[in-house]
Amino acid sequence: MKGRRRPRLSFVWLQACSGCEISLLNSGERLPDLLNKVEIVYFPLLMDRKCGGEGEFDLPEADVGFVSGSVSSDEHLTLLYALRRRCRTLVSFGTCATHGGIPALRNRWSAEATLETVFPGTPGQPTLPAEVPALLDRVYSVDEKVRVDFCLPGCPPHPETIAAVIETLVTGEQPRLPGKSVCETCPTIRTGEMHRTVRRFLNNAEYNSEEPVERMRCLLEQGLLCMGPVTVGGCGGPATPLCVQARVPCRGCYGPVRSEGNQLLDMLNVLASHGVDHRSIVDRQSLLRFSGAHGLLRSVRKTEGVVLMSEKGNKKSS
Amino acid sequence: MTQVITIHPVTRIEGNARIDIQLDAAGEVCDARVGISSLRGFEQFVVGLPAEEIPRIVTRICGICPWMHHLAAAKAVDACFGASLPPAGHLLRELCQVLAHIHDKILHFFFLGAPDFLIERDADYSVRNIMGLVQQQPELAARVVRMRQLGQVMLERLAGKAIHPVAAVAGGFARPLGKSERESLYLDGQQLLDFACFALEFAKKEVFPQFLEVFAPVGAITTGFLGTVDQYGHLRLYDGTLRLMHPDGRVEEFAAPAYEQVLAEEVVTWSTAKVVYAGSWGEGLSLDPASPKGVYRVNTLARINVCDQIATPRAQVELEEFRSRFGRPAQHSLLYHWARLIELVYACERVLELLGDERIVDPVVRAPVTPQAGRGVGHVEAPRGTLIHDYTTDENGCITRANLIVGTTHNIAPMNVSVRRTAASCIQAGRVDDEILNRIEMAVRAYDP
Ligand code: SF4
Ligand code: SF4
Ligand code: SF4
Repeated sequence: MKGRRRPRLSFVWLQACSGCEISLLNSGERLPDLLNKVEIVYFPLLMDRKCGGEGEFDLPEADVGFVSGSVSSDEHLTLLYALRRRCRTLVSFGTCATHGGIPALRNRWSAEATLETVFPGTPGQPTLPAEVPALLDRVYSVDEKVRVDFCLPGCPPHPETIAAVIETLVTGEQPRLPGKSVCETCPTIRTGEMHRTVRRFLNNAEYNSEEPVERMRCLLEQGLLCMGPVTVGGCGGPATPLCVQARVPCRGCYGPVRSEGNQLLDMLNVLASHGVDHRSIVDRQSLLRFSGAHGLLRSVRKTEGVVLMSEKGNKKSS
Repeated sequence: MTQVITIHPVTRIEGNARIDIQLDAAGEVCDARVGISSLRGFEQFVVGLPAEEIPRIVTRICGICPWMHHLAAAKAVDACFGASLPPAGHLLRELCQVLAHIHDKILHFFFLGAPDFLIERDADYSVRNIMGLVQQQPELAARVVRMRQLGQVMLERLAGKAIHPVAAVAGGFARPLGKSERESLYLDGQQLLDFACFALEFAKKEVFPQFLEVFAPVGAITTGFLGTVDQYGHLRLYDGTLRLMHPDGRVEEFAAPAYEQVLAEEVVTWSTAKVVYAGSWGEGLSLDPASPKGVYRVNTLARINVCDQIATPRAQVELEEFRSRFGRPAQHSLLYHWARLIELVYACERVLELLGDERIVDPVVRAPVTPQAGRGVGHVEAPRGTLIHDYTTDENGCITRANLIVGTTHNIAPMNVSVRRTAASCIQAGRVDDEILNRIEMAVRAYDP
């Protein structure tokens, strides 16, 4: 891609919140320069080019395609196939695209159960919007559906990382991503002494607000569920992980440290190896809060789902 | 034979929307629909989760205004758990909210809306956008980019994460604000206020005069309005009473938890977002532009219309000028952009006011909470309009039911009416071109879904 022609970039979103795109805009001073170096050929948040009407998407040809969001309707699937055909390098942009992200939390239910909850009609006969794209049986990450050349996790990815990735991709080099965990980028004090149970985040962590975060005790050691050990780092750029900066425990939004890792199993391992009682976690499935694609979060059968929902509140889960 | 013109996706807006315009045999517009095509199911997947976790999950509804969902959810959870916050908790939350409004308004006006006005109307799609603006007006673009960035950086300093925030927690806020931090935020806040005043002056000179002339017919409709005010009738974004104004000017006020008695929701076939209308008017719902029924609007113009006053001085001066020109309620949809910049001034002034409040540096920022069974409704004014989160919890404090009404949802009905009106006035004998399609989109962009 070294010639005189500016590299052509395409940005497509599926089940996305546009946070990934806003994060790109947050690269600040670098942004005008970056926008001048590339030619953006498709980017619905920022530009008007249309890609089609019914069923078919006629996307422009691009050197690099960025796709954010997870794949959750048949329309997303069509759009994703179109993008794959029309770009040379495909980047999964953000945790929804790489691991399912928050939208994949719906995988704990069947598509029908979700529709019944969102559009409660008379029982058994929900009133549904019929002329909108059909939901897929579950929410998929991008690599479950097409070949992906490069994964850039983060919810959203750090602006500097996005800018750096664009800059390297346009010169034709292979970008490098941080492979360290959130803990490895976290400056809090660790003593090796752990609280035996995990508590809910109902009051603030203990720390002296006059002192920098470097003087705060590790949140996990304080008994708060902090997913730092099993989550890939980079959210704070070179600085402290963002949630820890706010003195709030990590919930794993960058996805697993190894891309094929399982945040739930890995976290339970961390807790077990420190003698922490994992049964004290109220909702263990939310350890997969950001990485429920790849079949990791599975729906209970539809009827069970309905029973569970209607009996909540007068039945303790066993 | 009838024909359907589809605009898909609608661009330079947040999210997935499409427009379908139906033409009759003579090529005249007989119907038009704006629908949201993507369903995520937050109401489903928060079920079963511990309520205190919800404020950091629902942020993923929108990456442009995650703070609004974060705060409405935090308020709803407070109410479920019966928490009463220390003053610093509320002040810090509101500070974050107004900072988030600032970034959103700069983004919306300059990145999404202004290219329609600042770049020649027949310009190619490849330059009629922020990239084109960067090339055509580099100095202005650089300043805009810098100022939006500044708001985001201030949020990060104050709250760690700016996109998909975490700092508002059940019972308050996660960390106190230091005294020296407050001073540096104050200086930055002054820069933002200068920029806001510049932006409004600039728009009054360079943007509004031509758009009012050229685009006069775009989406002119008559509806009611909904927004939030305090007990003196002043504009509020963070809390207060909801005020619903009928097109004839009569108003009714209600507290957010009573929303179901006033607002009604209806499922429609073409949108995953339900259509909300003013049930309390007792006239049902009609999207016919000739006589819309039950239709009210939210978001900047609505708030500017329903409030009696704005409590900060510069914004109040601007409000008075606005009213003297356009009356109250002002109905023209493109005035959303004007109202947006008045609110930008208000938000900047409010940042300085909040930072000037001694209580904001109090180290006590959070009251401990106890999970319990309950129901809580939290509401804030999001850039896109009144946002309502309604949760029910079981005795473990886990969610059993959730209902969310987001800003865009209130505006689905009026957007449909506006688009149909615009389409009908621009499309004759089945003739459409890019400029016409873009005008129709502008009717959506004014609302900013
Ligand atoms: S990864 Fe996060 S920021 Fe990006 S689209 Fe998904 S929810 Fe939004
Ligand atoms: S567990 Fe959390 S607080 Fe502790 S070191 Fe890791 S990221 Fe930091
Ligand atoms: S600390 Fe964890 S949850 Fe917070 S932004 Fe970083 S990776 Fe995401």
